[in-house]
Amino acid sequence: MKETQKGSAATRNILIIIAVAFVVIMLVLPLAAVIGNSLRKGFEFYMHAITARYVISALKVTLLATVVAVGVNTFFGMISSWVITKFSFRGKQFLATLIDIPFSISPVIAGLAFIMTFGRLGWAYPILENISRITGMDIQIVFALPGVLLATIFVTFPFVSREIIPVLNAEGKDEEEAAALMGAKGFYIFRKITFPQMKWALVYGIILCAARALGEFGAVAALSKTRGKTFTLPLEIDALYLSGDSDSLVAAFAVSSILVIIAIIVLVLRNIMEYRAKLRAAQK
Amino acid sequence: MYVELKNINKNFGSFQASKDVSFGIEKGRLVALLGPSGSGKTTILRMIAGLETPTSGDILIDGVRVNDIAPADRGIGFVFQNYALFRYMTVFDNIAFGLKLKKMPAAQIRERVMELLKLTGLEGMEKRFPNQLSGGQRQRVAFARALAPNPSLLLLDEPFAAIDAKVRQELRSWLREMIYKVGITSIFVTHDQDEAVEVADEIIVTNQGRVEQIGTPRQIYKEPQTPFVSEFIGQSAVIPDYYRLRGFESGKGKYTGAIIRPEFVEAFKSDNPHFADLLSFSEEGVIKDILFRGNSLELKIDVDGITLSTFRSLERRPVEIGEKMNVIIYRLFAFDKEKSYLLENENLANSNASPEDMDALIYGDAGYFVSH
Repeated sequence: MKETQKGSAATRNILIIIAVAFVVIMLVLPLAAVIGNSLRKGFEFYMHAITARYVISALKVTLLATVVAVGVNTFFGMISSWVITKFSFRGKQFLATLIDIPFSISPVIAGLAFIMTFGRLGWAYPILENISRITGMDIQIVFALPGVLLATIFVTFPFVSREIIPVLNAEGKDEEEAAALMGAKGFYIFRKITFPQMKWALVYGIILCAARALGEFGAVAALSKTRGKTFTLPLEIDALYLSGDSDSLVAAFAVSSILVIIAIIVLVLRNIMEYRAKLRAAQK
Repeated sequence: MYVELKNINKNFGSFQASKDVSFGIEKGRLVALLGPSGSGKTTILRMIAGLETPTSGDILIDGVRVNDIAPADRGIGFVFQNYALFRYMTVFDNIAFGLKLKKMPAAQIRERVMELLKLTGLEGMEKRFPNQLSGGQRQRVAFARALAPNPSLLLLDEPFAAIDAKVRQELRSWLREMIYKVGITSIFVTHDQDEAVEVADEIIVTNQGRVEQIGTPRQIYKEPQTPFVSEFIGQSAVIPDYYRLRGFESGKGKYTGAIIRPEFVEAFKSDNPHFADLLSFSEEGVIKDILFRGNSLELKIDVDGITLSTFRSLERRPVEIGEKMNVIIYRLFAFDKEKSYLLENENLANSNASPEDMDALIYGDAGYFVSH
């Protein structure tokens, strides 16, 4: 008895050491290196680096892209998961599969796809040209802000609905049927019955969606070429890093630290949400 | 007829869930739709409620064709199988939901909800959420919520399925009492024959999308009209070569088989004086197995290669496996492809005992509870 207990305790300790060591080597040390390197030339340099004109512009673009992507995908995610879980119609499975495409496609391909759609060679380009001529506006999508927004929306597309769909599936549609039988109409049912069911999953999905939007590189890189105008933070970091001199190298780390800090905030938020969801489940 | 279904068919793709279903229900009745799972009983209930649309046929409530009337306007209260209580609303808000939709003034809603809480014995629970209630209490909330807008027809889908066995018994009589108190026409779906027999005053038996038989619990039990009903109701064993049993020889070739319930079979020891007159009508069997059923024993008896079941009171003399018994089969349900027929034991029927004597012999206390 004692022997096996000792044995299992040893196994447990070894497994814990492996897990902790892996997390430390793979995640904590590199991130600590980012923070450390960012302060290598002093705090004053750090502050200077993160308030540079290009960085401020990139931060604005990143935040704008994140807010727009979260807004659009929350709206779309709620509708699509509502439709997929509570109604039955032809092609429902197909729609559910389509939503997942951004998970499996490389972001760079997504960026190129937008270039091939809205760029000079794309099928939609003449249409855009016509609209521009008629309205007198100069509508640019690729290599401009709308392209960055589209790319961010594309890659963060499934996050909200993927969180909500399993929850709504588990809850079934009995409550909606009961409400409808008593005379409740579509939006009233959504507000009173469906939305409370999906609330926590929705918050969770929004957090994940925001985290992904903040860090997106590939798809945006394909569509954004103007530093100080359409560059997002990850692109700005890349540009600083590649420019080579030691000052901009440290600046790259300083800017990176902004994203690391945001990521940590998101992580903490996520865990709070998870904890609350668990509390709620335990109450049932 | 208050509720009437006329030639209802319902297809889900290539699957036929209802096949030419017709029946009528009088006002104030408490009716059970009874059948095995997949027999189409829930589909019928959901079509009456308007949650499903029949492929063809008419549904009438109070003489009005309701096929094209929205579920909410049919004057129906519906109790779902898992109650479908709104989990993010309190008991009060659950019951008030339908009333708010009817734009009833708040004071009146409060009065009605309190009245229903009192009726269902849930006073003081109005601030609780569904997950803070027991199964039985949830059913009561579901019942109160369905009744709140004063429907004229109450539909219940497997109302006892989500409740454990002990509370179920209690809730059956509670629900029956409640429905009579309110005086509302009610239809409930169940796969449990005990439940149907105990709660309903009329049973509609369904099988494979068809209505097999409609009748009072007694009729369904004592006079099954179809092979399915005779087999489904009671604890029934199918005996294909029933004509080898004494007293049923002349049935040979007329029917495809027979169903024998334990209560149709009597097994006694040859020296039992109470069965002395019947001894000559009996045949010999050997006890193959004895099952303890709590309030009785179930004997499996082999009679000439046919295994019969019978119940034996615990008050009677003990028996053991391998023991020889004298067996009489009083009656059985013989069936052909479409119908079921009651056959009485010919030898007993032709014996010169008067009907009164026969009754005393077969059903009298003397025949059963003897201790020697």
